[in-house]
Amino acid sequence: MWSLSPAESEALVLSLRVATWSVAIGLPPAMAVAWLLARTQFPGRVIVDGIVHMPLVLPPVAIGYGLLALFGRNGIIGAWLYDAFGVTLAFTWQGAAVASAVMGFPLIVRSIRLSLDAIDTGLEAAARTLGASRLRVLATITLPLVLPGILAGAVLGFARSLGEFGATITFVSNIPGETRTLPLALYSAVQTPDGQALALRFAVLSVVLAIAALITSELLARRVRRRIGS
Amino acid sequence: MTLLAVDIRANVGTFAFDARFTTPAAGITAVFGRSGSGKTTLINALAGLLRPKSGRIALDGVTLFDSETGIHVPPERRRVGYVFQDARLFPHLTARSNLLYGAGRLPPADRRTRFDHVVGLLGIESLLQRRPRQLSGGERQRVAIGRALLSAPRLLLMDEPLASLDAERKAEILPYVERLRAEEHVPIVYVSHAMGEIVRLADSLVLLADGHVVASGAAVDLMNRVDLDPVLGAFEAGTLLEGRIDGYDDAHGLLHLKVPGGTLRLPGRPLANGTRVRLKIRARDVALALAVPRDTSVLNILSGRVREVAADQSSQVNVLIEPLDAPEAPPLRARVTSLSAEQLGLRPGLAVHALIKAVALDRDPSAGRHGSALAFGTAAIDDLREEP
Repeated sequence: MWSLSPAESEALVLSLRVATWSVAIGLPPAMAVAWLLARTQFPGRVIVDGIVHMPLVLPPVAIGYGLLALFGRNGIIGAWLYDAFGVTLAFTWQGAAVASAVMGFPLIVRSIRLSLDAIDTGLEAAARTLGASRLRVLATITLPLVLPGILAGAVLGFARSLGEFGATITFVSNIPGETRTLPLALYSAVQTPDGQALALRFAVLSVVLAIAALITSELLARRVRRRIGS
Repeated sequence: MTLLAVDIRANVGTFAFDARFTTPAAGITAVFGRSGSGKTTLINALAGLLRPKSGRIALDGVTLFDSETGIHVPPERRRVGYVFQDARLFPHLTARSNLLYGAGRLPPADRRTRFDHVVGLLGIESLLQRRPRQLSGGERQRVAIGRALLSAPRLLLMDEPLASLDAERKAEILPYVERLRAEEHVPIVYVSHAMGEIVRLADSLVLLADGHVVASGAAVDLMNRVDLDPVLGAFEAGTLLEGRIDGYDDAHGLLHLKVPGGTLRLPGRPLANGTRVRLKIRARDVALALAVPRDTSVLNILSGRVREVAADQSSQVNVLIEPLDAPEAPPLRARVTSLSAEQLGLRPGLAVHALIKAVALDRDPSAGRHGSALAFGTAAIDDLREEP
């Protein structure tokens, strides 16, 4: 009852791996985009802002379809990736991580951007009068102060990835052991005759995972807040 | 010797700013003006945080900004320290790390002694391990001053460093600013709209109004100019005198201060003979008499001659009195009603006696231990009046 079946632990481990990688690949560009939107003025800023928020408002299936069109073996980017590096994203767990990263991207950007907006830019100006270059200001003042936002964004992205369904199933399908994450496994169980008990177990597993993620994020956030003294 | 040569124009939103002045190589240059007169625009331009539209800024002969040649030295390479009104300590660093943030400019061999020296100078030894949020407003401001000093600045900018503090904290910080001038020899540009601070600190003065420099020069000269009343504030208008301590009346607790035209007696704690002291006598605290009154409580009577009687729109007149024996000294200002002026028949050339109550010259209680140029009088620091 309490031990996981091979199929369950497979889905759990895969979910965690996909979520971790989706945050890892999504975070750096999200930080850059958040900084651009919060701190710079450039023509087309509104358009960039709109594109970033697309995954929040479009049907996930549409995003998955778009990813398939771009990153599939015959897509513009997908074909290039395969020719140049031999990398295939469609129907692989790496592709699932990309799908999750795209879906979680706006959440991470928003979180970091809010945190950036909350920083007193006067602190950065003060650092420069003390002889710090822009780069040093970024590393020693801006980044440490925005860390709670980065952390919150990472946790949000991670949690979003654990729940990702539509874009994933459209882009990388539902392959056991490769792309069948917890939500997809739950969906499969529901589709199976007499699968109700199995579906319930997957559902409970998802809840436990979500709560664990939230508690971890709260503990981390507390430590960071203590460290930066806000 | 010129420290700063400034000739700039800038636009901040719809606010047009232009400034042209030079400052002497040493001491404290105060920038005085009401809110919105362009004080912060000016020092942000000096620090490099704001790029003027056109003009030129040179510090010690080094060009920091020149629109013609396209020079705009970024703030991190100007070596201009900046103490902000709101301290701006880095919240994620301890006081010690804040202090050391800009110390990389110091030669490594000097860093340790310099750090200990500045920490001692500002009395912040016991605060080093604390975070900014664990410091009081005054303590934060002291750490901020130390942080700027330790970045080895060629010029220190202070933007109303006392404005966000209460009277007690102001009194806590001012002596440290005076110590900076006396012991650190770093030239300071001190922005303020508090006349008391200006009287006490300024060696030279730049007066700003509506985005323009109205006047600049030696503080004592400008403070005594009647035509600058609208900028300096008519209520505080008076005479700024510099004198030397010339004795102490122990029995009555009175300091003797030798000023051009005579000796004044004023209440206060003893000071060493010869100490340089700055005294502001508010024009409204000076009464006039044609003969030396007898049996009066007024201790200070300076004799002189009326130089000018200036009426303004109110029913009061400003009277300028030349001290008898010191025609080169700044004239003493008295403000009396036009009725009194009529009854006394005040006119240029008339011999008069200026009466100044000693208690009106009560010593600023916050005046520090290091008084090379203490402020006295009615614009004392405990009596700061914000310009409306």
